[in-house]
Amino acid sequence: MSKTTPTRWTEFAVEALVRVAGFSAIGFVLLIFLFLLREGVPAFFEIAPGNLFGTRWYPTFDLFGTLPLILGSALITVTAIVIALPLGVATAVFVREVAPGWAREILKPMIEVLAGIPSVVLGFFGMTLIAPLVRQVFGAPTGLTAFTGALILAYMALPTLISVAEDALDAVPRSYRDAALAMGATSWQTIWRVVAPAARSGIVTAVMLGMGRAIGETMAVMMVTGNAARMPVSLDSLFRPVRTMTATIAAEMGEVAAGSTHYHALFGIGIILFVLTFVINLTAASALFQKRRRGGLR
Amino acid sequence: MQEISSRRYVVQRIGFGVLVLAALLVVLPILLVVGAIILKGIGAINWEFLTTMPRDGMKAGGIFPAIVGTLLLTLGAALAAIPFGVGGAIYLSEYARDTWLTRAIRLAIVNLAGIPSVVYGLFGLGLFVLFLRFGTSILAGSLTLAIMTLPIIISTSEEALRAVPMEFRTVSASLGGTRWQGIRNIVLPQALPGIITGVILGLLRAGGETAPILFTVAAFFLPRLPQSPFDQTMALPYHLYVISTQVPGMPLQVQYGTALALLALVLSLNVVATVIRSYFRRRRQW
Repeated sequence: MSKTTPTRWTEFAVEALVRVAGFSAIGFVLLIFLFLLREGVPAFFEIAPGNLFGTRWYPTFDLFGTLPLILGSALITVTAIVIALPLGVATAVFVREVAPGWAREILKPMIEVLAGIPSVVLGFFGMTLIAPLVRQVFGAPTGLTAFTGALILAYMALPTLISVAEDALDAVPRSYRDAALAMGATSWQTIWRVVAPAARSGIVTAVMLGMGRAIGETMAVMMVTGNAARMPVSLDSLFRPVRTMTATIAAEMGEVAAGSTHYHALFGIGIILFVLTFVINLTAASALFQKRRRGGLR
Repeated sequence: MQEISSRRYVVQRIGFGVLVLAALLVVLPILLVVGAIILKGIGAINWEFLTTMPRDGMKAGGIFPAIVGTLLLTLGAALAAIPFGVGGAIYLSEYARDTWLTRAIRLAIVNLAGIPSVVYGLFGLGLFVLFLRFGTSILAGSLTLAIMTLPIIISTSEEALRAVPMEFRTVSASLGGTRWQGIRNIVLPQALPGIITGVILGLLRAGGETAPILFTVAAFFLPRLPQSPFDQTMALPYHLYVISTQVPGMPLQVQYGTALALLALVLSLNVVATVIRSYFRRRRQW
């Protein structure tokens, strides 16, 4: 009988410990946001709103216009998704619905390899091999352009996009396919008219997650986009250098004094990035959770 | 009738052709990246390159301190992230009920996974380097990487724990085992291969990251090995960034050699994870 007490105590201690570990995830998100606010909020007081949302980012002249950086990130992210969406969805459909077993056995590990390649390696590859190619093909003065960045980003977003799109296709009930085929549809008609539309909301989620990944990408983007902080508003912007929010933080934080206006401004950009990815991921996640509760997506 | 159906099959053939083309467009560039880096980098790799200090402003010599630095950072991240990650997974899979608090944890994990790597760098700088006064150090860098790795370890470990059939738990309980005894002796051992796979996948992400270590630990050029957790260190990904963008006149072969070393490190861990997973999946009785 004397043994029950220590056992019960262990049970209690273990449950308390793992509970703490579980709730630490919430703690870390709050802690990250808190420290971004602590270091970044002063920027919104030190810099006049007109300057902060102006069109020129020249920290040495106290010009902290974040607009070109925000638009730079937006341009690259949208272009990357435009490239990655058709490729990713088509590949997911191929893997789930069409491919023979051996092709799937090759494709899946290859996509895992892509997901595993460090961003700095892709950036290096983009710099040394893709950028010269872009310069030749499009006749741009430099190969370090928004388009080069978007191309690399598209491939970095692909693994996420493909795997979420695959889950969405997987969640379409078997009976839909059987019914379509039984009514005389070809496999292609079944995919195109029945399965893909049924998976549409899941594919939207895939796009959102891919976008979240693309906005936050840093090293590869910094290495291939040329980093000129200009407004990407003209038609040829895609084939000119741009600068993103992430690249600005990474390139400049090493050289600023802690506590300076420039330092606060970089943390301010961090706040913008945090809020953007938070909203995107929250939206995508709540869509996923809803589906899980309905028992659709496993 | 014959004509209509044959047209449908032509459309099908075209459709499938487009799908195959898309899959090729995804796969071929991957082969190209890996192939190009292996082919152009293999010439630089030799024993001296991997085991000596850099010389001549990093243009000659080896990348030894960068390799050691990356291994130390990854190990440090593992030590800090595994207790929280596996503990959190056990809580979510074995203890938590479906309340709004549990859902809040899940949302937090999704959001942790989505925070940009450079924002982790800012956070590490603000909390570990400046507020806690660790300075730019291996400690600060490892802890930053650990928090970044946490969501990967939690979600893969939880998946592994949930895959263990419910019967294992009920049988353990029916024999008089407590909940923790059942977890420790039955559920955890069964889920271990999956958990190890998840930990490796998280760590290879940490080892390859550059942005989080930019302001928290990475040294531009430091031709000696770190002596304590409060030292700075070189690291492979940051070293590749430095020599490919910051040092003019860097021999291209050294750059490719460094890229290959990093890629080999990460991909070999990837292969280890895949092998563990498939080996145990095949051996599994349930």
